[in-house]
Amino acid sequence: MSTMQLPIARAITQGLRDALRADDHVLLMGEDIGVLGGVFRVTDGLQAEFGAQRVVDTPLAEAAIVGTAVGLCFRGYRPVVEIQFDGFVFPAFNQITTQVAKMHYRTGGRVNMPLVIRIPHGGGIGAVEHHSESPEALFAHTAGLRVVAPSTAQDAYWMTRQAIESEDPIIMLEPKRRYWMKGDVDTERRPELGLHDAAIAREGTDATLLAWGPSVPLALEAAATAAEDGTELEVIDLRSISPLDIDTITASVQRTGRLVIVHEAPVFGGIGGEIAARVTESCFYSLEAPVLRVGGFHTPYPPARMEEAYLPDLDRVLDAVDRVLDA
Amino acid sequence: MSVFRTTIPAPPQDEPMVQLLAPDGTRTPHDELDPVLAHLTGEDLRGFYRDMVMIRAADLEATALQRQGQLGLWASALGQEGAQIGIGHASRPQDYFVPTYREHGVAWARGIEPMTLLEMFRGISHCGWDPHELRTHPYMIVLGAQTPHAVGYAMGIQRDGAVGTGDVETDTAVLALFGDGTSSEGEVSESFTFAASFQAPVVFYTQNNQWAISVPTSVQSRVPLAQRSRGWGIPSVRVDGNDVLACLAVGRIALDAARAGEGPRFIEALTYRMAAHTTSDDPTRYRPRAEEEEWAAKDPIARLRLHLAQSDEIDEAFTTACDEEGHELAMRLHHHIHAMPDPDPRELFEHVYAEPHPLVAEERAAYDDYLAQFEDEAQDQEGVR
Repeated sequence: MSTMQLPIARAITQGLRDALRADDHVLLMGEDIGVLGGVFRVTDGLQAEFGAQRVVDTPLAEAAIVGTAVGLCFRGYRPVVEIQFDGFVFPAFNQITTQVAKMHYRTGGRVNMPLVIRIPHGGGIGAVEHHSESPEALFAHTAGLRVVAPSTAQDAYWMTRQAIESEDPIIMLEPKRRYWMKGDVDTERRPELGLHDAAIAREGTDATLLAWGPSVPLALEAAATAAEDGTELEVIDLRSISPLDIDTITASVQRTGRLVIVHEAPVFGGIGGEIAARVTESCFYSLEAPVLRVGGFHTPYPPARMEEAYLPDLDRVLDAVDRVLDA
Repeated sequence: MSVFRTTIPAPPQDEPMVQLLAPDGTRTPHDELDPVLAHLTGEDLRGFYRDMVMIRAADLEATALQRQGQLGLWASALGQEGAQIGIGHASRPQDYFVPTYREHGVAWARGIEPMTLLEMFRGISHCGWDPHELRTHPYMIVLGAQTPHAVGYAMGIQRDGAVGTGDVETDTAVLALFGDGTSSEGEVSESFTFAASFQAPVVFYTQNNQWAISVPTSVQSRVPLAQRSRGWGIPSVRVDGNDVLACLAVGRIALDAARAGEGPRFIEALTYRMAAHTTSDDPTRYRPRAEEEEWAAKDPIARLRLHLAQSDEIDEAFTTACDEEGHELAMRLHHHIHAMPDPDPRELFEHVYAEPHPLVAEERAAYDDYLAQFEDEAQDQEGVR
């Protein structure tokens, strides 16, 4: 029986476990990932199964966690590092952007960086500062990195496997507030979708809603609500932020003529802007309305008691949908 | 008691410096270090001398080529040849070296052609050698970022079981190079932490060349740098960096300890950056001439020449032959660089990713199309003529 119901967090655990079994050169590193199993328990039980040499509790130093992973890649290993929370990736930002991203290029293709950097990301969990960030644009802007964001348990399992198998460095953004959302996971049959393909999460004809990671369930909820009023929204689960599956987006927008992009990150300078620009190039004569974005404001992430106002919610998404439909 | 210490003298400024060759060439006997060097023959010593002469000749020519507009920049290692050739020859072939961008002597000892270094400073490539083949990391420009790479590589060696076996061809160590300025980077401290916690087979080797561009070492540290690692429990030593034999000896002891599974070591090689930071720098703005002259009198090449002459290991014919060989190398570099074509600009799209990437492919195709229209125009004009 290869299909089971798993929460997203457990699907990632299983993906890591199967990758550790499949390849002796895979190892996990991070803060509290061993005995504790990680603060979100994503690596629960893995140190007991694979030992402390392969599931490594590191000192509390993100730059060195990523930096030593780079050295391990040079020695032929395939490290998977966990950054405990999105806001703690910044001490490692130098290593990620100046080293991880550029090493293959620097060495003229002689050295690969098969490194996965797992980052629980996004808000909505009532946390203190630096625990709710959405830094995807910062990484997507850096050539040499690939950035993915699963939103379902099935994708969480397979994208974990595909990320570890990739010869390029992958930033995997995990939707932390959806960690315990369950879904069917088939660990036997490889999915047809590649790591960097977008998925049509719901088909529709009137407008396209595009989201990734934690915002996908919100987009689906908006589509279900709109359907009650007879509006059929197509929902794209982007899955990969870099590279973008621009063909899937273009095909959808050429059908619907309208696009609303939803993400938790601030709208200004966000990935939504890049998508809007690309869609303007590829769908200019199909567009019936300006592309709209719903996302965070140009403020630091607020204290938790204000985060509901900051994060995209059903009303803000449907308001944007109304505006593209009214245009 | 070993020259590698775990305690800090009082006052800290009393940190002793290991030296085997005095500036006048006098050889001081040393109980711990002499056995490490006992196997060296006169030919080995002449080889070290030749290495230093060659790399200095290449270095001076590189500065000249920059002045001729042939290199974008050059970071001279003049004065540091002893520290670099010494540690370079302390390694075994299987060891892995992790350099900064000013390690031309180390590169020479690892078999990297000076031409390859000059190509990088000309802007032909970011790293012209195969790190796997030559077991030497790319030159690092974001200083400090290389030290965790070294520790991670050493952690990989541990997982491969290539440490502490007692087999001289199996046991492997990593050498992490950095300078006095870089010693202030947080990643160096983090690297000490990881290396100590995991007892990784890595030797940290600082060439304290006294100046981080314009800022003296006293701004980086109030205590001798050698003492930095002792708070992490990493034994360390200060060595005369202009003494190729002392650098070789402490390097061997440290690398042997690392390979044996005894954990990390730290060496501070006290030397001096005789030239400017780079060809873009002007040291007359920040340091006195007298200091440069003081260090010129401690020159690593002159020191070894005096020593070898005193022990009748070399004569004028040998030193002249070395100088001529250095001149020939400089001329080869000169002609090669002057004749070097620029790469095809379309190569800039290569090796961004190891696996196919749609955006890079799309942008490359669009740029090809953009260039093709000029080729078409040129052909049309050709046809008109």
